[in-house]
Amino acid sequence: MDSSVLYVILPELILALGAISLLMIGVFSPNGETSGRNVTWLAIAVLVAAAVAVFEGSGSSTIFGGAFVSDSFTRFLKIVILIGAALTLLMTFDSFSRAKLLLFEYPVLVLLATLGMLMMVSANDLIALYLGLELQSLALYVVAAFKRDDVKSSEAGLKYFVLGALSSGMLLYGASMLYGVTGSTSYATIAAAAKMPEMATNIGLTFGLVFVLVGLAFKVAAVPFHMWTPDVYQGAPTPVTAFFAGAPKIAAMALLLRFTQAALPGVSSQWEQIIIFVSIASMALGSFAAIGQTNIKRLLAYSSIGNVGFALIGLAANNTEGTAGVLIYLVIYVAMTLGAFACVLAMQRNGRFVESISDLSGLAKTNLTFATILAVLMFSLAGIPPLAGFWAKWYVFLPAIKAGLYPLSVIGVVTSVVGAYYYLRVVKIMFFDEPAEGFSPTEGRTFAVMALSAAFVVAFVLPFVGGTVVDAATAAASVLVPAH
Amino acid sequence: MSNILSVVTFLPLVGALLIATLNAEAKGNARWIALWTTLVTFAVSLLIWINFDTNTASFQFVEEHAWLGPLKYKMGVDGISMLFVILTTFLMPLCILASWVSVQDRVKEYMIAFLVLETLMLGVFCALDMVLFYLFFEGGLIPMFIIIGVWGGKRRVYASFKFFLYTLLGSVLMLLAMMAMYWHAGTTDIPTLLQTKFPPDMQWWLWIAFFASFAVKMPMWPVHTWLPDAHVEAPTAGSVILAGILLKMGGYGFLRFSLPMFPNASAELASFVFTLSIVAIIYTSLVALVQEDIKKLIAYSSVAHMGYVTMGIFTASQQGIDGAIFQMLSHGIVSSALFLCVGVIYDRTHTREIAAYGGLVERMPKYAVAFMVFTMANVGLPGTSGFVGEFLTLLSAFKANTWVAILATTGVILSAAYALYLYRRVIFGVLEKASLKKLLDLSPREIAILAPLVLLTIFYGVYPAPVLDVTATSVKNLVQNYQSAQGTAAASAAPQGTQ
Repeated sequence: MDSSVLYVILPELILALGAISLLMIGVFSPNGETSGRNVTWLAIAVLVAAAVAVFEGSGSSTIFGGAFVSDSFTRFLKIVILIGAALTLLMTFDSFSRAKLLLFEYPVLVLLATLGMLMMVSANDLIALYLGLELQSLALYVVAAFKRDDVKSSEAGLKYFVLGALSSGMLLYGASMLYGVTGSTSYATIAAAAKMPEMATNIGLTFGLVFVLVGLAFKVAAVPFHMWTPDVYQGAPTPVTAFFAGAPKIAAMALLLRFTQAALPGVSSQWEQIIIFVSIASMALGSFAAIGQTNIKRLLAYSSIGNVGFALIGLAANNTEGTAGVLIYLVIYVAMTLGAFACVLAMQRNGRFVESISDLSGLAKTNLTFATILAVLMFSLAGIPPLAGFWAKWYVFLPAIKAGLYPLSVIGVVTSVVGAYYYLRVVKIMFFDEPAEGFSPTEGRTFAVMALSAAFVVAFVLPFVGGTVVDAATAAASVLVPAH
Repeated sequence: MSNILSVVTFLPLVGALLIATLNAEAKGNARWIALWTTLVTFAVSLLIWINFDTNTASFQFVEEHAWLGPLKYKMGVDGISMLFVILTTFLMPLCILASWVSVQDRVKEYMIAFLVLETLMLGVFCALDMVLFYLFFEGGLIPMFIIIGVWGGKRRVYASFKFFLYTLLGSVLMLLAMMAMYWHAGTTDIPTLLQTKFPPDMQWWLWIAFFASFAVKMPMWPVHTWLPDAHVEAPTAGSVILAGILLKMGGYGFLRFSLPMFPNASAELASFVFTLSIVAIIYTSLVALVQEDIKKLIAYSSVAHMGYVTMGIFTASQQGIDGAIFQMLSHGIVSSALFLCVGVIYDRTHTREIAAYGGLVERMPKYAVAFMVFTMANVGLPGTSGFVGEFLTLLSAFKANTWVAILATTGVILSAAYALYLYRRVIFGVLEKASLKKLLDLSPREIAILAPLVLLTIFYGVYPAPVLDVTATSVKNLVQNYQSAQGTAAASAAPQGTQ
């Protein structure tokens, strides 16, 4: 093995070595809270270093016998994942220190989960896919239950673990079928085998494909495999929920994109149907079920289900523009979600966190800056121009129209109007209702994430912000050859 | 001069940012900055009119910059859009003045919302890129939602949601149609799309999708029900903007997109539009007759008046379209003035019930005169601006379809009935109610608001040429293209028929 291989996996190496060293530092440091604080800062530094390493990479290379690939597609997603993870860590300090949870284990687990995600993004083989997925999932199960003494957090962790394990099992079962039919775990070989004419009606291939997609649908929380999401989002500590809603979704979507387009282009007509169904179901459930929610974390959980449905429209279109659309959607989605969860973290009254939507009553009168930031994010999530959320929808619906998916598009935009209702309800409560007691002043780092995300959402319409993202996503998407 | 449209469009935004930096207590400063911003914007926008060349149908003051990928930031005006820009900048200072005393709560946010709204409205009329147009068109929902919801009346929440969701649902379908047009034509550039010939089948679907958006915005019967709610609950200045400008976006959309880009579908569906217009004119006029709330009455009369506009547009004739544009501008002045008149007495008595008034002429003679002028213009009395538009649209409808014209003319009679009935019950009669006996006549500020509107109403009623001169060339061009598209469609249909 020559050293150039190490260069390709440099970001992953940084994360792995970083996680192990931080674990050592944590174990051998005496004081709980201080070491937790220091380790969290160091973990952020590790994530940033990995992001720089990703940014420095160039070209396209496949290593480890074709199992691991690095190209502009993976680099784009890895940078988004690493930035997302770093920003969620930045939001943990205040909340965890109040809950006496500022322990060194959390940042280490986040680093390991992120490492798993980077491997998922680069996976070009069913084994690599499963390895990355499980590394990520196992770390996430633990952090979901990180507030050990809390019943809801434990319930969230358990629920996530049981359902997650089930979905991993299904995925593995599907992968074994694909291997049985095609004789290989490598995407390239599977793709070559699946191109054969007789494969179009092969029952084993279809079953394998369905099982793998079911497993992945669990991971992105797409309907009908979304049941764990509201409970886990509500039960897990808020910084953890923020982490769940961002980076892991990107990694799972990346898997979905590469798996469908690199391994199974030959049977695209089969998986397209599944994706279209899952997309419609997610958008519909995400918008209708959120209407009745009173807890803001549950509201955001349903919102994330709906958003996955919208992102999948780009995949259903199955063209280069569609892949780029999914990537753009993910970037904007992560920015909006992180901002929204930072707002949830800023909802504190007398040193306690409140999570009910009605707690936001009249916020525009007590704290106009906070209310404006959250309102901007809500309007953006509703997809109102000129905010970023509109562009996210623009770039996934555009390829769908090109691909002639008219019913899907019409259903999509109509559900987005239904979704607008509950986002507007949050704005209504903040701006139109009589004020409740104000919140405590927002902690600086949380506010920074809020402000940054709102600024991104507003500035996306400018060419040097939105244009940069769109160009990078288009370049990244061109790596994956559409399946037609 | 080359970027005057961007300057006009974004000046209010600059004012809004300036106000945002103010201390929340500085109510007076917020008001003055807003007033000066809108006045300067109006002054600069007059330069557009002065330098406007009425001899060409092409877009003027065009500016173009790279934006996101194939999308361009492109602005420009022609004879159809230019006067709407002026109407917007003209009404804005009046809105700010009308809110001077009546809005005391969260003044800073109020002024910011209005200035942002002005930027977005101006953008709609100036945009020469479809996506840019959509951006401004939809973006306007956000400030208007806030304006109705925060500073509105009792049922403001219901009204603001209804307004927002109704309009959004219409617009998202238009967005999908725009995407389909992009893939067909390879561009979102409006001047290029105006030259593009879309296949007739596709035109039909695109027309329906655009219609969904513009019919709600207009609003046309039966999707008009959001308007009375929004009007009644919105603060006075909000109603003025709604009636004066936001409704005109629907008519402008028909003229900019539906008619020139989908001529064959427009010809096919014209009778459908005529039917809806007639229903709107007669039905909403009858509904207006039984209203107890002054604002609601004017809102229903707006729907009826917009019926003439859609009727005129889809006759696709020079007179019809000239008349429709004139009617929109006139309605922008007259209905805004009527809402401002309601605001004047609402500020004094805090009720909009018609029954709560009577005999106001005794205490408020100046007000009675102003209200009389606008009532007459609303009826369409010759000599007021309301007459010109109605007459031209009816004339063109008579040529296109006699029955349409006959039915639409009954609307003129009905509008006289409800408008004069309203005037009699509010202004005339005996001043009996104790609460009205101490009313004061118009203040200098209110005179400053209403006087220019009175003058314009009469001026354009007597001498409509300044408006018609501006629109003539562009409309002529539009009608010619429309006719030639019908010709080619007939020619291409003929050989198929023989096969």
